[in-house]
This record gives sequence, C-alpha cells and structure tokens, in this order.
Amino acid sequence: MTDDHLDGNALAGPLREIFAVDMTAAVGRCAGCGLTGPLATLHVYGPGPGFTARCPGCEEVVLRVVRGPDAAWLDLRGAVSLRIPLTDAEPS
Amino acid sequence: MGIISRGFQGRRRGSDGRLPPGQYLVHDFPVLSAGPTPRVPLDRWEFTIDTEDGRRHRWSWQDLMKLPSETPTVDIHCVTKWSKLDTAWQGVSLDVLFEEVESAAEYALIHSYGGYTTNLPVEDLLDGKAWLAYRYDGDDLAPEHGGPARLLVPHVYFWKSAKWVRGIRLLDEDEPGFWETAGYHNYGDPWREQRYEGD
Repeated sequence: MTDDHLDGNALAGPLREIFAVDMTAAVGRCAGCGLTGPLATLHVYGPGPGFTARCPGCEEVVLRVVRGPDAAWLDLRGAVSLRIPLTDAEPS
Repeated sequence: MGIISRGFQGRRRGSDGRLPPGQYLVHDFPVLSAGPTPRVPLDRWEFTIDTEDGRRHRWSWQDLMKLPSETPTVDIHCVTKWSKLDTAWQGVSLDVLFEEVESAAEYALIHSYGGYTTNLPVEDLLDGKAWLAYRYDGDDLAPEHGGPARLLVPHVYFWKSAKWVRGIRLLDEDEPGFWETAGYHNYGDPWREQRYEGD
C-alpha cells in the first residue's frame, strides 16, 4: 500500500466552513475498530473529488466532505461520536 | 478570469469540440484516490459478476488473459475538470464478460479492492461502451492508476471508471456508490455537466 495521504489538519479548511469551531481538535471514535483520537490524526485523501478521512488504525472511512459550488456534503459514517472542545458555558 | 483563459487555451490546442463544458486539457495523468492503493497479487486477483438472483460468474487473471482484448483509444473526463484526450488502453470489453451472464437487471454496482463502489445503468456497460482495462499506454496498468485492472467507461465522468475493480453486482434497484452518496451526480454525463446531485 502507498501512503500518499495528508494528515487530518487538511480538514481544517473544509470543516471550518461548516462548524463554528476548529474541528481538527475534536476527538472521535472509529466505528470500525474503536480507535479514539483527534481528527487531526486521520489519514486524509483528496481534495478531489472530495476529502476522504480514514482511521489511522484500520483505514476505514471515518468522514467525507464534498464541497460543491453552492453546498457541502458531510458524511460522518465512521465516527461513533465526536468530543468537540468548547469554552466554558455561561452559568445559567 | 483563470477559468476563462484555461478553457480558451484548451480550444486553441485543437481539441476540436472534444472538451465537454467546464473542462480543461491536461497532458499528464493526475492520480486521485479516496484511500490507500491496494496491491493485489495476480494469483489472488479475481473478477466476479453477481446476478440479481444470486448466481456468481468468476474469472481469474488467467481466465481474463485468455479472453479476446481490444485496444480502445478514448478521451477521459474527470469531474475535477481535467480531460485527457486519446488515452490508449488494452482490455476486455464487458460485452465479452456479459456473454455468459443471464440477467434482466437494469442496474449495476461496481465494487473494487479497497472498498470503493460506483453505480451505473447496465446499458452503459454494454454495446462497446465499457472495458475491463489492464494495460495503459503500452504498459501494464500501474497500481496508482488502478492496476492490475480497472473499469474503463469513458462516456461518463472518470470516477465511474473504478480503479482496482473486483466485480459487478447486478441489481433490480439502483444503489448509489461511494461518490454518488456524497453529493456527486448519480449518472455523471460530462457533456451535460452532471457533476453534482441536482445538476
């Protein structure tokens, strides 16, 4: 197998357009093998036709992002959940 | 401005109306992948066609090499907007492989080593429109371009020409493939610029 992928930091731009915070620090769990880690550690293929981000442990697809001219498609098929770091919530 | 001048350059190079709308010419052969390149030893390679009623047709690499081959020279068009003219291939027409397949299915889901999938109507695979290609430009097809064998369906965008192809499932109902489930057009005719869902 070749290893001609980018790292998960390549997702910063396309995900910045969709989410309010930097998603590369979000910690996800692979639905394939259970490996847990920040999105920045994913193996990313792309940019064209879209970004495909794979688990560094099992190479299953964790997420995909396709940017069309007037919409983005986001597929989170391989992420059980994402822990997204946020600043302290305002006390209610 | 960049887009306008690229298109203009393409026409001036003498593509003679062979460039679909929005495309520009390249002379190299870009490599696009959605995952690691599978390495498939020929003694373990196989190609299958599964019919809608569960019958499996199977070809080993040796079986494939015994079949009559063709040498199509075709223009290819990537949805990321590059086109390459007069690409020279060798492979087996899918008409030959389908000769022994009895099926009334209208849809095909093509699947590859490595897990990639793409869908097409069966009629787009027949009548001299599609090949199982194993040589490119006089050499064995390189792994980064889909070797040992890839599908070649040049009349639709090149994501339909699945690299590292492993088989075809014939289906009564259409089932979208890898890019078709992530915003890309279900059919992908470059002359109608069917890039994204809804185009």
